[in-house]
Amino acid sequence: MNQNEFIHLIEPFKDKVFRLAKRLLVSSEEAQDATQDILVKLWDKKNGLEQYNNLEALAMTMTKNYCLDQLKSKRASNLKIVHTNFTDREAGLDQKMEDQDSWSWVEKIINDLPEQQKLIIQMRDIEQYDFEEIAKMLDMNETAIRVALSRARKTIREKMTKTHQYGIS
Amino acid sequence: MELARIEELIKKYFQGETTLAEEKQLKQYFSTETVAAHLEHYKPLFNYLTVNDKELFNKELSLPSKKRFSVAWIAIAASLVFFGGLFAYLNYKPSPAPAQVVSDLGSFDSPEEAFEETQKALALLSENVNEGVESIAYLKEYEKSKQLIFKK
Repeated sequence: MNQNEFIHLIEPFKDKVFRLAKRLLVSSEEAQDATQDILVKLWDKKNGLEQYNNLEALAMTMTKNYCLDQLKSKRASNLKIVHTNFTDREAGLDQKMEDQDSWSWVEKIINDLPEQQKLIIQMRDIEQYDFEEIAKMLDMNETAIRVALSRARKTIREKMTKTHQYGIS
Repeated sequence: MELARIEELIKKYFQGETTLAEEKQLKQYFSTETVAAHLEHYKPLFNYLTVNDKELFNKELSLPSKKRFSVAWIAIAASLVFFGGLFAYLNYKPSPAPAQVVSDLGSFDSPEEAFEETQKALALLSENVNEGVESIAYLKEYEKSKQLIFKK
C-alpha cells in the first residue's frame, strides 16, 4: 500500500477522528496531534489493515483509547495544580458574555459530561453512527449505550432548560 | 410536519429510542425558522448537533515515508559481523608463507658468481650514496658565505 492509497483510504473518516479527539481533549491543537498520531499508527500497520473489515470502526476505537489514555496521563500530571487551584469559582465576565451564545453553551454542557457520555453523544448525535456500530467501537452492548445516551441527552436538556429559564438575561 | 409528531419524537429522543432517520427529522425541523414557541429552547441543541460535523481535520498529514530500521535488524547485522569475526579469528593459522618468500629471493650456484653479483649490488649502492654526498657539497658553499657575513 502506498501513501496515496492510504490517504484515500482514511479520507472518509479522518475528520470524524479529529472531531472525536477534539470532543474528548477539548483543545484543537491537542486533537490535531492526536489525529496525526492515530493516523500514523494506522499507517505503521498498513500491511495488516486488510484483515480489519471495518477500518473506520478500528480508527474510532483507537481514537477513543488514545484520548482516554491522554486524559488519564494529563490528570495524573495535573494533580498538584488542582489542589492549589483556589481561584474564584464564579465565571468571569468574559465567560458570561460567551455563555450568552447558546451554541457555546451547548458545547460547554456536552464537554462537562462524563467521558463515556461524551463519546456516545459525539458518535450518535453528531457523527450519526447506528447503535450497532457504536457498540462495536466502544465494546459495549446496545442497551447500555441507549441508557447512557438517554442520560446524556437528559442532562443536556436539564442544563439547557435552566439557562433558558434563569440565564440569558 | 405536525407538532404532535415532533413532540413525540422529542420524547423518544430523550429516551434514546429514536432512529437515525427520526433524529434527522428533528434536526431538520429545528433548522427551520418556524419552531413552536414552547420548543424554542431545544433549538440551540439541535442546531449545534447539526453544525458541529462541519469541522474538518485540515492539517497536513505527514506520514513517515520509510519505516525506521528496526532494532532487530541492527542486532542481526551486528551478530553476523561478530560471528564472522570470531570464525575468522579461530580459523586463522599462521601460514608457512614466510619461509617460501625467503627461498624465492633466488640464489646462485657458484660462489664466484655470487661474489660478483654482490659486488655489483654494493657498487650500485655506493655510487648512489656518492651522488647524494656530491649534492650536499653545495651546502658547504652556503656555509662559507654565511661565515663571511656573520663573523664570529
